[in-house]
Amino acid sequence: MRLTIADVEHVAALARLGLDETEKERLRDELSSILGHIAALDELDTAAIPPTAQVVALTNVLRADEVRASLPREALLANAPRSADGFFEVHAVLGGPDETGTG
Amino acid sequence: MESGGGDRFEMVIGLEVHAQLLTHSKMYCGCAARYADAAPNSHVCAVCAGLPGALPVMNRAAVEFCILTGLALGAEIPGFCKLDRKNYVYPDLPKGYQISQYDLPLCIGGALEFASEGAPKRAGITRVHIEEDTGRLVHRAGAPGDEVSLVDLNRSGVPLMEIVGEPDLRSPAEAADYLVALRQTLRYVGASTGNMEEGAFRCDANVSVRERGAPLGAKVEVKNMNSFRAVERALRFEEERQRAVLAEGGSIAQETRGWVEASGVTVSQRTKEQAHDYRYFPEPDLPPLTISAEMVAEIRDRLPELPGARRDRFASRYGLDAKEIETLTAEREVADVFEAVVGPDGTAEAARRAANWIVNDVMGLQRARGLPPEQLPINAAQLRDLLDAVAAGELSARAAKEVLPRIADGELPRAAAGRLNLLALDDEEVVRSAVTDALAASPSAVADFRAGKKAAMGRLIGETMKRTGGRAKPEQVRMLLEEALTES
Repeated sequence: MRLTIADVEHVAALARLGLDETEKERLRDELSSILGHIAALDELDTAAIPPTAQVVALTNVLRADEVRASLPREALLANAPRSADGFFEVHAVLGGPDETGTG
Repeated sequence: MESGGGDRFEMVIGLEVHAQLLTHSKMYCGCAARYADAAPNSHVCAVCAGLPGALPVMNRAAVEFCILTGLALGAEIPGFCKLDRKNYVYPDLPKGYQISQYDLPLCIGGALEFASEGAPKRAGITRVHIEEDTGRLVHRAGAPGDEVSLVDLNRSGVPLMEIVGEPDLRSPAEAADYLVALRQTLRYVGASTGNMEEGAFRCDANVSVRERGAPLGAKVEVKNMNSFRAVERALRFEEERQRAVLAEGGSIAQETRGWVEASGVTVSQRTKEQAHDYRYFPEPDLPPLTISAEMVAEIRDRLPELPGARRDRFASRYGLDAKEIETLTAEREVADVFEAVVGPDGTAEAARRAANWIVNDVMGLQRARGLPPEQLPINAAQLRDLLDAVAAGELSARAAKEVLPRIADGELPRAAAGRLNLLALDDEEVVRSAVTDALAASPSAVADFRAGKKAAMGRLIGETMKRTGGRAKPEQVRMLLEEALTES
């Protein structure tokens, strides 16, 4: 299975990656080869195997609703490339997705 | 008229509500969930900052609040559900995905019953599921190219419940009434504050206008409505806009539009991608949930009497009128105070008196003091004491109204009334002398009474009451007046 350049561009857009033409060609080959590798699974007969999203047979791992200490802010911000006034600082984002309702 | 009969077009609305759950800690970690007055990034840990290797663990209370809400809406609670990753890139989402529920939510189906323009309505609920909130972005101006956004992750991972409604609403007013009723239900079960201004209750709307009977038209999603009024205004605007396009033979583009409060319009928020590709997949870090019948039954036991049932009972048990019932049951806490004052064996008369006091005087004081709607300035025991004192004749109704603010400040009714010299006069001689003065001052009323005009008695009682500062017991005044008038 060989991906199209449009497929690569779509995935790059979702990942907010800007790629030049050479990179697109290279990733087209690499991604196609990864998908080809995984496609080997298609040869297995899985008709009798129930789908699973978990490999450990756990259910209902819940914790009590109790507040625990958060990280000290200095530690939290220590690895951020930029911070200001206790906030993480990023390039301006205006508009864009708002997935948890307006607010 | 937006949805009048004989109209060619019909509006179809479905609402999606996100409500913050009233837990102490976040959805998948132990950071404090209340962020209102917290310094930026002070309630953040490895999990809600999305650091690699951090393991989320689900908050039991959030799961239970979601199920409780589902049960209040008559939803089915499936025996099995799972969490899923919803992938998208945005700086307020540190993990690069939101943990939500895709195809197997906690609650399926149900309906919300509410009243709109005096008529009972029923709107279907598609599903209720749990997810997590994002962080908050603050945009800071700068030189062109130098603008930055500041990220506060205190809200990141705060438990949310999404309540997806069926496209069963037909007008902006109906949508607003649905929201009010849904919010009331969430507040009754204690799942959320439902506070829209604080962002604890958010609403997005899917709106389409179609020719009557035609299949659903293109769906426009309206966002950014931050109050009940904004929802109604935005939907009215959107209805007019879509009608105008259709009336001219145009077609509606499927898009997302944002409400701009200041200018009162919706504007297109078309994003670069035509359709989001969230690449949902099962969340590998969170084992699925099996919800047993026992667990559902245990949570069902916690359901309080819901607003609709309570309104019906208030009507049949106490015989109050609809407007009074509406006011008394708007907040569960207020309805509780009313019932505690009336007591289990309270008569209809006692209920009417308590309702009257709460709706007029107590809620008047509540408003004057700027208290939140669920918080009355006095509790049930205090109000009952006050009404008992009135019933026992120790305090006139007028005096009781005067001492109400003192009681709210913690004084006992009799002590407050005594201090303010408002206690009913027990000294018969004092009342008798007021009666004598009143008779002397009102010869025409006396003459009228003697001429057989019994109504003149009211004037004489009023004159006497005035002379005792309203503190005499009206019954005693009447008795002494009659005595004096027959004697002389």
